[in-house]
Amino acid sequence: MTSELDIFVGNTTLIDEDVYRLWLDGYSVSDAVSLRVRSGILEQTGATAAVLQSDTMDHYRTFHMLERLLHAPPKLLHQLIFQIPPSRQALLIERYYAFDEAFVREVLGKKLSKGTKKDLDDISTKTGITLKSCRRQFDNFKRVFKVVEEMRGSLVDNIQQHFLLSDRLARDYAAIVFFANNRFETGKKKLQYLSLGDFAFCAELMIQNWTLGAVGEAPTDPDSQVDDMDVDLDKEFLQDLKELKMLVADKDLLDLHKSLVCTALRGKLGVFSEMEANFKNLSRGLVNVAAKLTHNKDVRDLFVDLVEKFVEPCRSDHWPLNDVRLFLNQYSASVHSLDGFRHQALWDRYMGTLRGCLLRLYHD
Amino acid sequence: MPGKLKVKIVAGRHLPVMDRASDLTDAFVEVKFGNTTFKTDVYLKSLNPQWNSEWFKFEVDDEDLQDEPLQITVLDHDTYSANDAIGKVYIDIDPLLYSEAATVISGWFPIYDTIHGIRGEINVVVKVDLFNDLNRFRQSSCGVKFFCTTSIPKCYRAIIIHGFVEELVVNEDPEYQWIDRIRTPRASNEARQRLISLMSGELQRKIGLKVLEMRGNAVVGYLQCFDLEGESGLVVRAIGTACTLDKLSSPAAFLPACNSPSKEMKESPLVHPPSHGCRSTHNSPIHTATGSRLTQNFSVSVPTLIYTGMGSGSAGKEGGPFKALLRQQTQSALEQRGGSPHRFCRRREFPFFTLTAFPPGFLVHVGGVVSARSVKLLDRIHNPDEPETRDAWWAEIRQEIKSHAKALGCHAVVGYSESTSICEEVCILSASGTAAVLNPRFLQDGSVEGCLEQRLEENLPVGCGFCHIPYDELNMPFPAHLTYCYNCRKQKVPDVLFTTIDLPTDATVIGKGCLIQARLCRLKKKAQAEANATAISNLLPFMEYEVHTQLMNKLKLKGMNALFGLRIQITVGENMLMGLASATGVYLAALPTPGGIQIAGKTPNDGSYEQHISHMQKKINDTIAKNKELYEINPPEISEEIIGSPIPEPRQRSRLLRSQSESSDEVTELDLSHGKKDAFVLEIDDTDAMEDVHSLLTDVPPPSGFYSCNTEIMPGINNWTSEIQMFTSVRVIRLSSLNLTNQALNKNFNDLCENLLKSLYFKLRSMIPCCLCHVNFTVSLPEDELIQVTVTAVAITFDKNQALQTTKTHVEKSLQRASTDNEELLQFPLELCSDSLPSHPFPPAKEHLESASSNSGIPAAQRATSVDYSSFADRCSNWIELIKLKAQTIRRGSIKTTVTVEKASPMGEGNFRNRSAPPCANSTVGVVKMTPLSFIPGAKITKYLGIINMFFIRETTSLREEGGVSGFLHAFIAEVFAMVRAHVAALGGNAVVSYIMKQCVFMENPNKNQAQCLINVSGDAVVFVRESELEVVSAQQPTANCQPSCTGGEVTT
Repeated sequence: MTSELDIFVGNTTLIDEDVYRLWLDGYSVSDAVSLRVRSGILEQTGATAAVLQSDTMDHYRTFHMLERLLHAPPKLLHQLIFQIPPSRQALLIERYYAFDEAFVREVLGKKLSKGTKKDLDDISTKTGITLKSCRRQFDNFKRVFKVVEEMRGSLVDNIQQHFLLSDRLARDYAAIVFFANNRFETGKKKLQYLSLGDFAFCAELMIQNWTLGAVGEAPTDPDSQVDDMDVDLDKEFLQDLKELKMLVADKDLLDLHKSLVCTALRGKLGVFSEMEANFKNLSRGLVNVAAKLTHNKDVRDLFVDLVEKFVEPCRSDHWPLNDVRLFLNQYSASVHSLDGFRHQALWDRYMGTLRGCLLRLYHD
Repeated sequence: MPGKLKVKIVAGRHLPVMDRASDLTDAFVEVKFGNTTFKTDVYLKSLNPQWNSEWFKFEVDDEDLQDEPLQITVLDHDTYSANDAIGKVYIDIDPLLYSEAATVISGWFPIYDTIHGIRGEINVVVKVDLFNDLNRFRQSSCGVKFFCTTSIPKCYRAIIIHGFVEELVVNEDPEYQWIDRIRTPRASNEARQRLISLMSGELQRKIGLKVLEMRGNAVVGYLQCFDLEGESGLVVRAIGTACTLDKLSSPAAFLPACNSPSKEMKESPLVHPPSHGCRSTHNSPIHTATGSRLTQNFSVSVPTLIYTGMGSGSAGKEGGPFKALLRQQTQSALEQRGGSPHRFCRRREFPFFTLTAFPPGFLVHVGGVVSARSVKLLDRIHNPDEPETRDAWWAEIRQEIKSHAKALGCHAVVGYSESTSICEEVCILSASGTAAVLNPRFLQDGSVEGCLEQRLEENLPVGCGFCHIPYDELNMPFPAHLTYCYNCRKQKVPDVLFTTIDLPTDATVIGKGCLIQARLCRLKKKAQAEANATAISNLLPFMEYEVHTQLMNKLKLKGMNALFGLRIQITVGENMLMGLASATGVYLAALPTPGGIQIAGKTPNDGSYEQHISHMQKKINDTIAKNKELYEINPPEISEEIIGSPIPEPRQRSRLLRSQSESSDEVTELDLSHGKKDAFVLEIDDTDAMEDVHSLLTDVPPPSGFYSCNTEIMPGINNWTSEIQMFTSVRVIRLSSLNLTNQALNKNFNDLCENLLKSLYFKLRSMIPCCLCHVNFTVSLPEDELIQVTVTAVAITFDKNQALQTTKTHVEKSLQRASTDNEELLQFPLELCSDSLPSHPFPPAKEHLESASSNSGIPAAQRATSVDYSSFADRCSNWIELIKLKAQTIRRGSIKTTVTVEKASPMGEGNFRNRSAPPCANSTVGVVKMTPLSFIPGAKITKYLGIINMFFIRETTSLREEGGVSGFLHAFIAEVFAMVRAHVAALGGNAVVSYIMKQCVFMENPNKNQAQCLINVSGDAVVFVRESELEVVSAQQPTANCQPSCTGGEVTT
């Protein structure tokens, strides 16, 4: 006796969260069954392995049918085939688009192309995440990227609108899209200590301040926001950043800046002497990063540079985070008192964001 | 009454990509009714076309309106080659033809293609203007209402129940026409779908005419079936009960009529409950029935079934005295009909009723189950306009049923149904029902009210009247063991009662009920034509006998004494016959306590054998005791002397107040004492019998928290909560073809059913405590070694604490000498106090919440589930709402869609009125509930919008790609549900009640990577309002605590 066909269709589609998770995690039916057996479900319910097998198959089939709709979540809401309560729809979508931190750190900032997709095998081995799950996550990134890439308006809003994700997840996706688009290097060894959260935080600041959308010249009329693009950095702004170079190139300016900062911070900083000794190096590092951003290559290395030029030196001198904060505040504020420096607005746009990023990046 | 049909094509969405180059589609729509076709403009390059067409108007007479479906075809325009069809929508416009139902059909319909399934959706608006004319010779029957529900629909009152209406129409099956060889599968499928749609329309119209002739205005319990006879044609037949219904207009008028809104579903206290015994006959064109009593190899003290046409196993004795009796009665029955020369005179020819629940006072006594089967050889239907053969076949069977009923001293048959099983050219026709005595006044014109009241008075011993035997004690149609009614002590009752109807609301039941199934397979040699038919008709009696035995054994094992909703299905295949009987067992207080089962060995001298027997006996006794505990069957004990004496002493308290732990011992004692009296002895004389006993014990009870029944509601559970989940589950197993024996076959089949049930319990575990209601098993044998079982049922949650309490009070009330356990007596008042205090302030609040949630598009049922989902889910839904809101404000296009969505699903009037606010514009797809029951727990049906009767074919030539057979059928059934829901929503409804999947014919050819499936479903589209919402509207309404029908008895006492 073999079962040829075995199905269960409810008027309200049954969704088993546990099985959904197993499916998302890329387990095969038989693996999922044995994992469920191990969870002790048979003892709890008095069911047999055959029942579990049939149940798992059924759910997998349902998820397979739903997957097509999950690729365009608004479709899931409007489709008529599966009657699913809104709360469950939301859960399906949210979980489908959720990702593993370990995986995302591997692909963050990489081009979402076929080439990367080929590397998924290695990533799977490295992270212990099943290849199937890696593929789903990768395809999710790519799909979201494709949809919002050319879109005007707020990146997060666009993602939320088209994929109906929670605010939190939409923000993460915004970061992933932003990083993929700008190809920021995140995989270097010295960047390994950084989490997705750190990068996402920086991405959000950069989107808010450094992209075309950030200029927000005509927010009242949505049709005129021709250039309101959240995914691309504002090229003009990057070009202008070269102007900041005088802060370190002009020796007087640099000295003045240093003395302003030191005067203000004397007695307030635990690492004052270290700061004083390192000021010029740090300042040069930060300004040079800005000046280099004209080149795409250097844009990609932004985080590497920040860590190398600022985070690491400070860390080696054991700056407490609070001292870093005080220093950065003073460092950026003091520029306003430099009479010979005309690019105050540009400096603020640059340093405001950078300060936030550095503070976030500064940890062990 | 000619009319004008108006159709507007609004928009499409989610269309498939038809042009690979542009990834878009140039769609247009053809609207066809009868022979007239209109077209919309082509909407270029869009997957979401906005046609916004003019109103297409068809001027047609109402005969066509009834017969023809509106056919909408969506196509992709192609300049150079033929236009490609995307898919079709068939809309049955019948609901628009009677005033009280829907006034407009408007909404999103899935575009369906028989090869690709659902391919996007189309928004359509349909209206009908009818002109009155007084043509007397009209062929149409517009205005006659149809209901699938097998009881008087909730918001109506029966003035007169006229009786049986039947009709059948035949045609050639397009699949077997010569042209099928040259046309595409799609064309062939569509021809079939269209034809069946047309035939159903015609059938309904013809039945309607008969109803009008009888001066009725409605058909209740309408059951329409297809017989796919293959080469010989396609038969569409229907039966129903003609009634004159009166709409209960205002809710105020309605409410008193049914005691509480929640129990409206069965406002009839007087349904007849039990019938006992089983009679059935067989005949076939080639096999003359010879009557002979089956010799029984056990002594059965209960009314046994009587078979005519049965050669008994031990001897082919020619008919005994009983046969003579039967003949006589049949004859007299015929004579009594006043020698009406017409054999086929329609009216009152057959006093049959397809209803399973009845208005109060309608049912007086119940005799027992009557059934008849007949094996026929199919031949080509030569003249479709005169389907005499098929008519004659059914007439024969009905005649037989009628005479069986007469033999039971009954003049009517209720809970009547007909079915067929076809394999190649052999066809088994079956009919069954419950013989009953009805209140004649109900069947004639006259004041119902008066008769009602009278009836109620007459039947004062409520809850047992129906159990009293209708036949003459001295001239019993079969040997039965009669006792005085345990309730009123005045009338005789049988010791076991079998019926096909639902449990009457006023029946006094002890404990809970349970699903009882008898399953059986018999191998049969492959044969052709007559030899085959003979072989089948020879096997049938044995099967029925065994099915009956199994039912009886299982019933006793459960410690119960009556079966309701009995449905025996015999399926014929190439090389086997399958029998599946399902029923709901209960313990009726009016009937005697069932005796135990005793096992007797054939070789009493063998010591080890003896031991084995006694071991088995012990197991059986244990099981009975366990079951009694499980189903809470603890009837008041009645000492031996009292039995037979008309007025019993009230039970002695002392014996009743025993603790739980002792009770099981008590039970065994009881059994033994009964054992003396009416032992039910199973003789184990061969391995077969051994198997039987084993299989008795292998049936596993459902896990705790689960109950199941195949009737509308579960006896003993009264307080349903609102969460329901209707489902269909299909399983096909392949038998290993080698050395199949009956035993192996039985085991396979048994395992199949048991495993299926186990899977259901597992899948629905999150709903515990819950009850599977209306569990409907269908068996078919699609191929030699394949067995297909299809189950449709609904799981309903209930409140456990309340359930206990109501059962108790129920029992206590109806049996004055109710026995409650000592402990329970102590516990209960406590629980009651602690429960009732908080439960008063809370329910309203909860209900408000519920109503609020359903206004926002979240159905209450889902609400309830979401509790389990943790707050995460709630947050999710909030985002979605939020995002949708945002989306609407941001995107202009979306505003347009919103408008159409709103327009598309106008809520029924009732709904509109009762809702404080229209559904939120951003609610996505309205929830449509589906249930095989005639009611929705915790809600009140305010309007019937018309019958849903849909037939779909799905075919694939890429089976593997669609996930194999399971993937294919899973998707198809999901699509069928979706189409039913869409039609209901378009009618303005929010639920389908009395939903039934009448056919699910699945054929596969894995070698060719092909499969085909035909599904036929029906039900009643309704508008329901949550009781909580109702309360807001009418404050004077009594609090609606979710106690469905069962409590009817309480109210009447």
